Amino acid sequence: MGSLFRSEEMTLCQLFLQSEAAYACVSELGELGLVQFRDLNPDVNAFQRKFVNEVRRCDEMERKLRYLEKEIKKDGIPMLDTGENPEAPQPREMIDLEATFEKLENELREVNQNAEALKRNFLELTELKHILRKTQVFFDEAEHGSVVSQMADPSREEEQVTLLGEEGLRAGGQALKLGFVAGVILRERIPAFERMLWRACRGNVFLRQAEIETPLEDPSTVSGDQVFKSVFIIFFQGDQLKTRVKKICEGFRATLYPCPEAPADRREMAMGVLTRIEDLNTVLGQTQDHRHRVLVAAAKNIKNWFIKVRKIKAIYHTLNLFNLDVTQKCLIAECWVPVLDIETIQLALRRGTERSGSSVPPILNRMETFEDPPTYNRTNKFTKGFQALIDAYGVASYREMNPAPYTIITFPFLFAVMFGDFGHGLIMFLFAGWMVLKEKPLAAQKSDNEIWNIFFGGRYIIFLMGVFSMYTGFIYNDVFSKSLNVFGTYWTVNYTRSDVINNRVLQLNPTTDYIQHPYPIGMDPVWQLSENKIIFLNSYKMKISIIFGVIHMLFGVIVGLFNHLYFKRRLNILCEFIPQIIFLVFLFFYMTSLMFIKWVKYAAIHPVYNPDVTTSSYCAPSVLITFINMVLFKSPTKLPPCDPYMYGGQYSLEKFLVIIGVLCIPWMLFAKPIMMMQERKKKHMQNLNSHGTENGDIDGSGVMQSQGQVPSHKEEEEEDMAEIFIHQGIHTIEYVLGSVSHTASYLRLWALSLAHAQLSEVLWNMVMKNGLTQEGWGGGIILWGIFAFWAVLTVGILVLMEGLSAFLHTLRLHWVEFQSKFYLGQGYSFTPFSFEIILDTAQATSEATD
Amino acid sequence: MGASWAPILFFTVIWGAVGIVLPFFVPKGPNKGILQVILMLTAFTCWLFWLCCYMAQMNPLIGPALKNNTILLMGREWQEHNPFL
Repeated sequence: MGSLFRSEEMTLCQLFLQSEAAYACVSELGELGLVQFRDLNPDVNAFQRKFVNEVRRCDEMERKLRYLEKEIKKDGIPMLDTGENPEAPQPREMIDLEATFEKLENELREVNQNAEALKRNFLELTELKHILRKTQVFFDEAEHGSVVSQMADPSREEEQVTLLGEEGLRAGGQALKLGFVAGVILRERIPAFERMLWRACRGNVFLRQAEIETPLEDPSTVSGDQVFKSVFIIFFQGDQLKTRVKKICEGFRATLYPCPEAPADRREMAMGVLTRIEDLNTVLGQTQDHRHRVLVAAAKNIKNWFIKVRKIKAIYHTLNLFNLDVTQKCLIAECWVPVLDIETIQLALRRGTERSGSSVPPILNRMETFEDPPTYNRTNKFTKGFQALIDAYGVASYREMNPAPYTIITFPFLFAVMFGDFGHGLIMFLFAGWMVLKEKPLAAQKSDNEIWNIFFGGRYIIFLMGVFSMYTGFIYNDVFSKSLNVFGTYWTVNYTRSDVINNRVLQLNPTTDYIQHPYPIGMDPVWQLSENKIIFLNSYKMKISIIFGVIHMLFGVIVGLFNHLYFKRRLNILCEFIPQIIFLVFLFFYMTSLMFIKWVKYAAIHPVYNPDVTTSSYCAPSVLITFINMVLFKSPTKLPPCDPYMYGGQYSLEKFLVIIGVLCIPWMLFAKPIMMMQERKKKHMQNLNSHGTENGDIDGSGVMQSQGQVPSHKEEEEEDMAEIFIHQGIHTIEYVLGSVSHTASYLRLWALSLAHAQLSEVLWNMVMKNGLTQEGWGGGIILWGIFAFWAVLTVGILVLMEGLSAFLHTLRLHWVEFQSKFYLGQGYSFTPFSFEIILDTAQATSEATD
Repeated sequence: MGASWAPILFFTVIWGAVGIVLPFFVPKGPNKGILQVILMLTAFTCWLFWLCCYMAQMNPLIGPALKNNTILLMGREWQEHNPFL
């Protein structure tokens, strides 16, 4: 059939592949994506499979490619994505690929190592350069400082002399030969470093520091962080302090650099450092150039390589699911295949064999199986979204009626009954229409915004929801809570001037002010203006909710009939479908016909058209009360001028309907199990008979055996029967109670429609009306602002939020109220071996981890 | 009483054409069945929805209650000759 009404017919196939041809054949099947392989070695663990080595090699290649990709991204080189889809390479090409990747990776690693070493060198030199420059200042200061202090503060010298005496002087003389170390340290470590030095050396060292203004690149981190450092110089006296200071420096990870004492040496050294930095810079530039060239070359092919490697890996992974023949010459696979595609698959297999140059053709055998085949619905871009709605509830059992084709219309329609507003529908229609028109460029963008993807995936659903909302909105005559007067109202005003001036509210009389036939399409615009429109609209909308609900449920039960017919379940038709449909039609569909009768028969009293008081609006009965009375066998209360019945013979007809309807309950409950029991008994009798004849032939031991078997068998059967009874009981209760509660549940169509209309009216009256009643050209500006506010609220609340709520309610009506009538949803979906799916998921996961 | 035959006939013919005649002209292809179902369901739901609205208004049991300014405006804007002049 190939259409969406039922899932594809599937068959289990056995596939014999020549070992040499297996790879090429599986590759072709992967391109096709129509075959689901089964694991034939489920108890062999992943490390003991045949092609584990190849899979591992592919993993290694993938790792190398990821490394390359990371490096390419780090350098910001654009990766060429031509969108071409290379075929899986031959297994022998794998070695070439491996060699290429190995070479590239090694080259890159080497370049990176060199660059790192060079950078470290560069850092050291720059630090040294800074030290030389900064310490120069210290030394200068020290020279000047000593002179200045001597000049400025001779008394201190005096004090020193007097305090320390001769010894002090001698010590001072030695102090002139102060030792020092110079180095560089991270800026944030300075305070701790200083404190530590002070404590450990008891204040006998002198530390000067200066900040290096420009941040330096730290080569030890991968990303090359920029760090701030400071230059310091420590003066001290004696070897003991020197070792202590050096240890502290080591502890704080400060790098120490030799710094000559003589200014001339320092200058010479600074010159040397500068030239070496320049040399290093040229070498570094060349290294970076080389790295860039390697990466640019790799970036051209990397997408292609990824695809190739992933395909090879997928093929070996699939080959691991296969069984090896005893002779080792042949691989045996089992797979689920759509019956319609067997030809295509055989063609692909033949192609694969030719490609591999093998002489023995592969063999594809259909197998008989008792297993449930997977469910495969062939969807296109239009039906995909609707199928996803159904699958979200449960994947259809194999070959069960698929509700998706009906959902294509019923879903947007029921949504629109709740969302009925021409303006809001138009917004939705335009948005979805834009997505449909710009489908290809939008799909190519591959956004990873989840909300956008949901909208885009459901663009056809939203499109139809918009179209139907426009239709229902037109019928409700509701455009942003205002009405269109397309055909002119069918109500006239016949009041006099004084009537109007003396009364604030006046009700039009349906006898005199109504033209006696209604507005041709949709609601008369007069109702939108009226004060009592809710009373009128509620009675109308409640009725249509029930009418459409009952028809929707009836439709569901009838779809169930096609299931019973297809699976040849005669018993289910006799004992389930017929009583179910009678129950629903006799009780609930009858109620909807009462609604139509009421619409046709009862009217406002009119001298020409409706002179009879029994059909006047005064005597119009409530449909709900009539229905309740009917079920309770109560005769309606009589009010003098009115007829309590809507038509002659109503009481007896209703009695008949209810009795038959109620009789359907035991019918549903007991008929099927009893009939099954009888059938079994019949079979049992036959079995016993055959046993008897057998026993006649064989001697007594057989009799003993059969006697021993029979009781246990019977027990099992009884248990089985009890289970069937319970199951049927649950099923019946679910259906009977469900019919009542589901009918009531369809009232949500009315409730949401009312809420939507009211909300949009409130928004208009509270917001937009204020803008429209402003006067002058200043009012125009205010209106502009108010319109913006109103538009934002309309789109945000009325279209998006109300739309979402109506969507969810529609989903529920389909999943629960409609599908419970026929849908099992106990299947599992067909997951073919397809390169397309594998590549897409691989790409999605790699992008997600980035 | 109540109904005018022209719109009923018109709409029934229109939606009948969509739901009954058009499905015969759906081109052959893998999606033929789906398109037929879509046409039939669309026609049925839209026709019934319109019909319910029409029938609900056919014999009004109550009339709209209107504010006096609304009535004055209706007389001026929607009626051929204004009763309040």
